[in-house]
Formats: sequence, structure tokens, C-alpha cells
Amino acid sequence: MTKDDFWQGIRGGFPVMVSASPFGALFGALAVDNGFSVFDAVFMSATVYAGASQMVGIELFGHNVQPWLIVLSVFAVNFRHILYSASIARHIRHFSAVQKFFTFFLLVDPQYAETEKRAERGEPVTFAWYLGFAMIIYLPWQFMTMLGAIFGQMIGDPRAIGLDVLLPIYFMGLVLGFRQRDNWLPVVAVSSLASIAALHVVGSPWHVSIGAIAGILLAACLPLSKRHEEPVTLEHEV
Amino acid sequence: MDSAEHMHLIYIILAAALATFLTRIGGYVMITQMKRIPPRMKAALNAVPAAVLSTLVAPAFISGGWDVAAAMLVALAVGLRFSSLWMLLVGWLVVMAIRHVVI
Repeated sequence: MTKDDFWQGIRGGFPVMVSASPFGALFGALAVDNGFSVFDAVFMSATVYAGASQMVGIELFGHNVQPWLIVLSVFAVNFRHILYSASIARHIRHFSAVQKFFTFFLLVDPQYAETEKRAERGEPVTFAWYLGFAMIIYLPWQFMTMLGAIFGQMIGDPRAIGLDVLLPIYFMGLVLGFRQRDNWLPVVAVSSLASIAALHVVGSPWHVSIGAIAGILLAACLPLSKRHEEPVTLEHEV
Repeated sequence: MDSAEHMHLIYIILAAALATFLTRIGGYVMITQMKRIPPRMKAALNAVPAAVLSTLVAPAFISGGWDVAAAMLVALAVGLRFSSLWMLLVGWLVVMAIRHVVI
């Protein structure tokens, strides 16, 4: 049973791995370009494990920005994970403390989205499934970072081989996956517009947090549907 | 880089890793302090994924150039019927066609 769940996780995570791999290689190439060694690039991929914030981190490091500002920027780009961990808490209550440690360490965007979708379908969110899904993304991420760092020049101009379009389309697919939820369209519209406005007024990376908070506040203020009238009870445990 | 500078970079990466881990566990620690989730908070939590992910999509559509915008529109149409792997493939083909055939 556990073994089945693990393999089911690996199969589920495979397409994510395929679409994330170019970005792992791109990160490795850009990291070397910004003064990292191959070891440093893989070390960052292995410990931070958050693609967009890794890109921001190496960019700022390359421009000799103060260390506290680099760390703060990584924190800001990853701020959305606070919302993810709050949201999946109800699905992982049965995990042990050690399992929870790894669960949160490995909580990247697609991992979060698939965990929510799995729970929504009524399938059990087991640690074996979670770990299988995570490992087929985490391990190749390190390998691709190393490849990219070693063969950085082979990527050349990422635009010329169309790499820049993959990340937004991938995230768009995730957004579409949630279209059955209450108030989906108004939330997407408000978050999109707020993030664009914030990008021009405040700048990156704050547009991510500002746009997200705008949509979430809207959802909290809109009329509640019937199925949300029963409050969910969470046991107290950490 | 000399070895002191290199250790400096290692410390920055470790601090960034710790900051990232705090964001990944922070929401869980906060939410488990509460016995009951009020319905409005539940509605807000349900909106989190669409709200956050939209902020990673919309700016790219506006500022990525017309070729990226066109590819994203086609991928959106594909995504209404097919999986995200097809969205990636078709979107990539569109942007490559525009860049290498049309221009």
C-alpha cells in the first residue's frame, strides 16, 4: 500500500519534473554566470529548493547587494509558502513530526497544488505519496542544476530556445486547475490586476504578496457559499 | 573568490534556506494555534492557490512581449480541454514559431 502510494507519487510528479528541469539547468547556468561555483549552485538548490527565489538570490548576489537584503528578498518571494503551509495543515494532521519537517522542507508550488487537488478528489494524502511526488522533483532539480552549471554556455540565450515562456504557462495551468472553487474568477481577476499594478508602483518581488493578499481578502469578503457555513475543526498539535 | 568570500556566500545561502523554511512552516504553526477555522478564513484559504499563482502569470502576460502573450493565450485555450503538459508544448511551439519563423 505504502509502496503503491510512493510510486503513484513518482508518476504524478514526473510531468512536473519534466517542466521544472529546464529551469534547474537555467538556474545552474545563471548562478555560475553570477560568480557561483558548481558546488555553490547545487548547494543552494539543495537547501533553498525554491526556483524563483533562487533566481532572485543569484541576481542580487551578482550585483553585490547587501546580504540581509538578499535574504529578505528570498523571504519575500517565498512568502506565499506561509499561505500554503496554513492551507495544507488540514490534510497532513496524521503525519509524524519528522515527516512534517520533510513535508514543509519540500513544499514547492506544484507539490502544494497537487496535495490540495489530491485531498479535493478524496484520495488519502499519505507521506509515502508526498515523498514520492517530492523526490522525483527534488533529486532531478539538483542534477539539472549541476548540469546547467557545468554546461552553462550550451543554454546560451534562454529566449532563443523559448525557455522564458514555460514558467508562466506552467503556473497558468495550475491556476486553471482550481477553477471549480468558489469565487475563482473574481479572485484571479483581482489578484492579476493588483499584481500588475503593484509591479509598476512598488516593484518586484512585492507584487507577488500584494496581488495574492488582494485576491484572498476579496474571497474573505464575498458572500459565503453554503458549504463553508460549517466551520472545520483542527486538532491542536505541532 | 577567496575562501573567506566563499564562506560568506555559503552563509548567505544558509540564511536564505532558513528564511525559506520559515515561510514553509510558518503558516502551519499559526493555523494549528487555532482550534476552529472561521468560515471566512476557510473561504480565504480556499482562494490562496488561485490568488498567488495569478500573480506569477499576469505580469508575464503584460510585460513578456507580444510573442509571450500570444503563446499564453493559445496555451490558455488548450488548458481548458487538455493537461498542462499540452499547454507547455503548444505554448512553446507558438513562441518558437513566432521567434524563428514569423520574425
